[in-house]
Amino acid sequence: MRKTALLIAAAALFGSVVSTQATEGHIVIQRQPWSFAGPFGTFDRAQLQRGYRIYKDVCSACHAMKLVSFRNLAQPGGPGFSEAQAKTVAADYKITDGPNDKGEMFERPGRVSDHFPSPDPNEQAARARFNGAYPPDLSVIAKARGVEAGLPRGLIDIITQYQEGGPDYLYALLTGYGKPPAGETIGDTQHWNRAFPGHRISMPPPLSDGQVEYTDGTPATVDQYARDVAAFLMWAAEPHLEARKRIGFQVMIFLIIFAGLAYYTKKKVWADLH
Amino acid sequence: MSHSDFQPKNPALQWIERRLPIFSMAHGSFVSYPVPRNLNYWWTFGGILAFMLVVQIVTGIVLVMHYTPTTAEAFDSVEKIMRDVNFGWLLRYIHANGASMFFLAVYIHIFRGLYYGSYKEPREVLWILGVIIFVLMMATAFMGYVLPWGQMSFWAATVITNLFSAIPGVGKAITQLLWGGYSVDQPTLQRFFALHYLLPFMIAGVVGLHIWALHHVGQGNPAGIDVKSDRDTIPFTPYATVKDNFALICFMILFAWFVFYIPNYLGHPDNYIPANPLQTPPHIVPEWYFLPFYAILRAIPNKLMGVLALFAAILVLAFLPWLDTSKVRSARFRPLYKQFFWVLVVVCIGLGYLGAKPAEGAYVIIARILTAYYFLHFLVILPVLGYFETPKPLPKSISEPVLGKNGAAAGIGARAPEKN
Repeated sequence: MRKTALLIAAAALFGSVVSTQATEGHIVIQRQPWSFAGPFGTFDRAQLQRGYRIYKDVCSACHAMKLVSFRNLAQPGGPGFSEAQAKTVAADYKITDGPNDKGEMFERPGRVSDHFPSPDPNEQAARARFNGAYPPDLSVIAKARGVEAGLPRGLIDIITQYQEGGPDYLYALLTGYGKPPAGETIGDTQHWNRAFPGHRISMPPPLSDGQVEYTDGTPATVDQYARDVAAFLMWAAEPHLEARKRIGFQVMIFLIIFAGLAYYTKKKVWADLH
Repeated sequence: MSHSDFQPKNPALQWIERRLPIFSMAHGSFVSYPVPRNLNYWWTFGGILAFMLVVQIVTGIVLVMHYTPTTAEAFDSVEKIMRDVNFGWLLRYIHANGASMFFLAVYIHIFRGLYYGSYKEPREVLWILGVIIFVLMMATAFMGYVLPWGQMSFWAATVITNLFSAIPGVGKAITQLLWGGYSVDQPTLQRFFALHYLLPFMIAGVVGLHIWALHHVGQGNPAGIDVKSDRDTIPFTPYATVKDNFALICFMILFAWFVFYIPNYLGHPDNYIPANPLQTPPHIVPEWYFLPFYAILRAIPNKLMGVLALFAAILVLAFLPWLDTSKVRSARFRPLYKQFFWVLVVVCIGLGYLGAKPAEGAYVIIARILTAYYFLHFLVILPVLGYFETPKPLPKSISEPVLGKNGAAAGIGARAPEKN
C-alpha cells in the first residue's frame, strides 16, 4: 500500500509537471563550467581581473555596485590586486565628501575605504536617463538571479553542490541577444533576449567582439567577456566564497572523524547492555 | 523532576545543594534519568532540536549586534555582515540555514511522534506543548525571514499579514495592528524585529515545560508499551548521551554541508533584491518549511476558508490525543495505521511540492485533493480506525525482545536496540 501510494503521488505530480511545461515556453539556461564551483572551487584571479575590466569599461557606465569597496579588490580570495593597485583604482574616482568646516560638500580623490560610486545620484535620475528603465545595482546580482532546476534535478543539486545559477543566468543573458523570432514584436526601446524572462529587455546588447582589449592573450569575444564578468560578479556578491569552502572542508574532516569516534564510543558503551 | 538522591562530594557544592538542590536535579534529569532501553535513532531528534535552538539564539544575538532594523538600512546592514564583519558570512549562513535544519529536525520529531503514538495517554500535555513550540517556531521563522528586507521578505510579510484581514469584523484592525500602519513598512519591520528577538526565549521557556513534562511521564518507546520494571530502562548517562551525541554529529555534517557548500540553496534569489513595494515578484513563495501549509491556504478558493484551513491544519495536531481512538500506541503493532501514516507522509510532501508551484491548472486540483485527504486523515481515518483495526499482539515488556524471556540472560543473542 505504501508503494502504491508513492506511485500514485509520483504519477500525479509528474503528469502535472509535463502538462504545465508544455504550455509555458520554457527558457533553458545552460550550465557552464566555473572555476569556483564544487567543494574546492576557487576564483581564477586572472578571470576576475578581466571581469573587473569589463565591469569598469562597460557595465559601470549604467550600473551601480555600491556594496563593493575599492579595498575589496586587494582582499584575499578576490581579484588579487596589490594594495597600491587598489589605491590607484580608487584615486581615479572623484568622491563627493563633506560637509567641510565651511559647511560645503567637496570632491576628493577616492580612498580604498570608499565604495564604488554610483553612475546616477538616485533611482529617478537613472530612470530619466534610460527611458524609465532602472539598471539594477550589481553588488549581489549573481545571487539575486537564479535558474529553477525543477525535480529531480533540484534534489540532485544538493549532492553536486550546484550554486552557480546566478553566473549561469548572467552568462546566458549577456550572450542571449538576437533578432526576435517571426511573429514576435518588440518596443522601440526593447531588445530581444533568449534568457531574459519575457524576452523583452531594455538593456541594449552591452558587449561586442573586440570591445575591450585583453592584454593576456585571452580571446576578446562576447562569449569570453560574458564568462569573465559573470565570474567577477559572483565574486562581488560572495567575496568570502573561497574562505567559506576552505573552512567548510576543514569542518567536514573534523566532523567526520568526530562522528567516527562518537560511533565507536557509543558501540563500546552499549556493548555491555546486550 | 528528580530521580536522584545524588549528593555532590565537594563541600562547596554540598553547601549550595542544601540550599538549592540544583545538582541532584541536574543529575536526576541528565544522568540517572531512566530511559527505555529500546529507543531507536528517531528518538535523538529532541536533543538535536535543543542544540538547534541554542545555535539559533547564539548566532542570532551576535547578528543583532550588527543588524539595523530600518527599511532604508536593513538590506545593506545584512550585506555588511556578509562582507565586513569577521566571519559574519558564517554567522548569517548558520542562522539562515539553521532555521531550515531546525524545521527539518522538528518535522522528523513530529512524524516520529505520529508513528509511535507519542501523543497518547499520559503524554497529551507533553504533545500539546510540542504543538505550541511548533507554532512559536513558525512565527519566529516567518518574522526572521522578513528582517533582511529583500523582495521575498517584504512580499511574504504582505501576504501573511493580509491573511488576518479575512477575519470578519476585526480582520482589518488586526492587520493594521500587525503593520503598525496601513501597509507593511518601517513599523512592521521594527516590531517584527522585536518579536523575532523575544519569541526564541518564549520557545526556550516552553521547551523547559516540554522537557519537564517528558521527565515526569517518561519517554515513550518504539514498542509503545509502558515501562514495567527497572530491567526495561537504562540510565540516560552514559547510554542515551553517547547515542544522542553520535546522532547530533551526523546531523551537524548535514548542517555544515548546507552552510559551507550550498548556503543559498534553500533561499530564494529574489531575497537578494532589496524590498520594493511597487514591484511584486512573479511568484511569491515562502520558505520550504511553510510550503505544505501554503498549498493548503491556496487550495481553497475562499480567502477566509483558506485561512481557517491553514490554521486548522496546524491546530488539528493539538487534538490528536483525542482524535486517535486506538489504545495501541506504536504503529509497529497497528498494520492499517502504519499504511495510513506513510500515505500521510507522501501527502505532506506532495503538498510541499505544490506549495512551490503556481496556483493554477492541475496544481490547484491536486492540492485540493491532498488538502482534503490531510483533514480526512486526522478527522475521519484516525477516529474510525481505532474501532476497526485489529492490532498485533504486544510484547509483554520492553526488555523481553531484547533480553529474552528470562531477562537474566543479558548478552545472549540480543540485537542492538537501535536496529528495529
